Amino acid sequence: MITFDRVTKRFEPWTAVDGVSLTVEAGEFCVLIGPSGSGKSTLMKMTNRLIVPEEGTIRVDGEDIATLRPEDLRRRMGYVIQNVGLFPHWTVERNIATVPTLLGWPKARVRDRVSDLLDLLKLDARRFRDAYPHQLSGGQQQRVGVARALAAEPAILLMDEPFSALDPITRGALQAEMTAIHKATGTTIVFVTHDMDEALKLANRIAVLDHGRLVQFGTPLDILHHPANDTVRDLIGREDWGLKLLAVETVGQRVRPEEDGAIGAPLPADAPLRQAIAEMVARGTDRLPVVDAGGRPAGVLHLSDVVRS
Amino acid sequence: MRAGSTTLRWRMAFLTDRLTLAVAVLVALVLGMPLLKPLFAAAFPTLDRPLYEADSFLTLTLDHLALVGLSSLTAVVAGCAAGIFVTRPSGAEFRGILEAVAAMGQTFPPVAVLAVAVPVMGFGAQPALIALTLYALLPIVENTVAGLEGVPESVLESARGLGMGPVERLFRVELPLAAPVILAGVRTAVVINVGTAAIASTVGAKTLGLPIIVGLNGSNQAYVIQGAVIVAALAVVLDFGFDRLAALSVRWRRG
Repeated sequence: MITFDRVTKRFEPWTAVDGVSLTVEAGEFCVLIGPSGSGKSTLMKMTNRLIVPEEGTIRVDGEDIATLRPEDLRRRMGYVIQNVGLFPHWTVERNIATVPTLLGWPKARVRDRVSDLLDLLKLDARRFRDAYPHQLSGGQQQRVGVARALAAEPAILLMDEPFSALDPITRGALQAEMTAIHKATGTTIVFVTHDMDEALKLANRIAVLDHGRLVQFGTPLDILHHPANDTVRDLIGREDWGLKLLAVETVGQRVRPEEDGAIGAPLPADAPLRQAIAEMVARGTDRLPVVDAGGRPAGVLHLSDVVRS
Repeated sequence: MRAGSTTLRWRMAFLTDRLTLAVAVLVALVLGMPLLKPLFAAAFPTLDRPLYEADSFLTLTLDHLALVGLSSLTAVVAGCAAGIFVTRPSGAEFRGILEAVAAMGQTFPPVAVLAVAVPVMGFGAQPALIALTLYALLPIVENTVAGLEGVPESVLESARGLGMGPVERLFRVELPLAAPVILAGVRTAVVINVGTAAIASTVGAKTLGLPIIVGLNGSNQAYVIQGAVIVAALAVVLDFGFDRLAALSVRWRRG
């Protein structure tokens, strides 16, 4: 759990973060979003003391981070940045092993951990373990960046626009990876982005910042249904609000518990409505069978139910 | 069979390697110069003594190398330390002064530094050592600063963010990444110093410059040639040697 209590940071003459209070629950995927200069990155970097606030306190699991040695604090948190910043003179293995090595893990344990992480990030160990960063594509480099951040099994993972520089397909793949990793590890993730689609896709809760102030903090549905002000509306994008909603709401939320009436391949209940619409258009139908997580029939999704608000 | 052919290929590569060849030429010149006495006698029939024999060329070469080595080492230690210091937050203010001082050291002709040092320190190797050290400082300081500045911001940020302390960042990340640039500065300094050390013989340091200066004073062209050829060969060997080091320092860029 991370608690920001009336945290303020000034870069004279302007105030980057202005009295922000915010609690990120343990295991939560929290996305910080806002226009450039909103203070989202500054707020995140104060969590591992890369930036020190002038006022206010930040606690991690109840512990005031100002009392900790910055290096110790940072080794407990993963850190991923937009430009990746892999060490170019080290192999992938040594890059991933950075924090475990700093913590003095035994060699065999480090090696096993690197193997696990290469698997987790879907990097072929035989091909990548001894490769150097410049031999990797942008997406592969950021996979290594994420693996490096997760190496010492941190309870908290900080990510500063990690996928912004990637092409849309690679970005989508890595977003899916993050969702899976979050589910599998239960790591608390603080993720900075300026892309609302990315925020809606990944977040349990979204914190919207503007001019250094916290404008709104809520679930993706909250943000979509009750935007606090025009900044939030602008971030959502007024024209494709409906499409954003379809990306957030799932089939399970609109399904009718009917036994029959639809044919064809069923959709999982946790698929976004957007996917359901795409399937309906592709199949030329207005009804789709739905199955639950266990593959049991869960009912039928009607187009009219998707459209109703 | 296969191992044999690999060894053979390795041997061939070693024998045709330009560094090996240059070293062989240097060693042959240093040790074999007396054998060339008839050649010099034939080329300069008017000279009574066509071969410099006051000191052995081996002694002169080793003394020359010692002077270059010691001055360069001092300059590397001082120059790198100073370059590291001014690129830390605590030393940033001194950067302008340091660069001005180092540039001044380079502006003085080495002969002038020698001339100034002699009245203070007397004749011998000491004033030469000082002049050469000052002379080597600029390229090393400049390249240390440039090399450290060239480390990408994102690499430094992730090193910090992952919990490396200042010392770990410097030795594990910054210096290894700056090494090729620093090495280029050291190479420039050393190669210049090999030539400059010859001039140090004017103030009484025993170097390969001695036969050159004695030869110039006594109109003995043979002495001049003997000294100059070995100095040149030494400079070439060191240059090739640094080439090899430079390749090693960026091994990770290959592939």
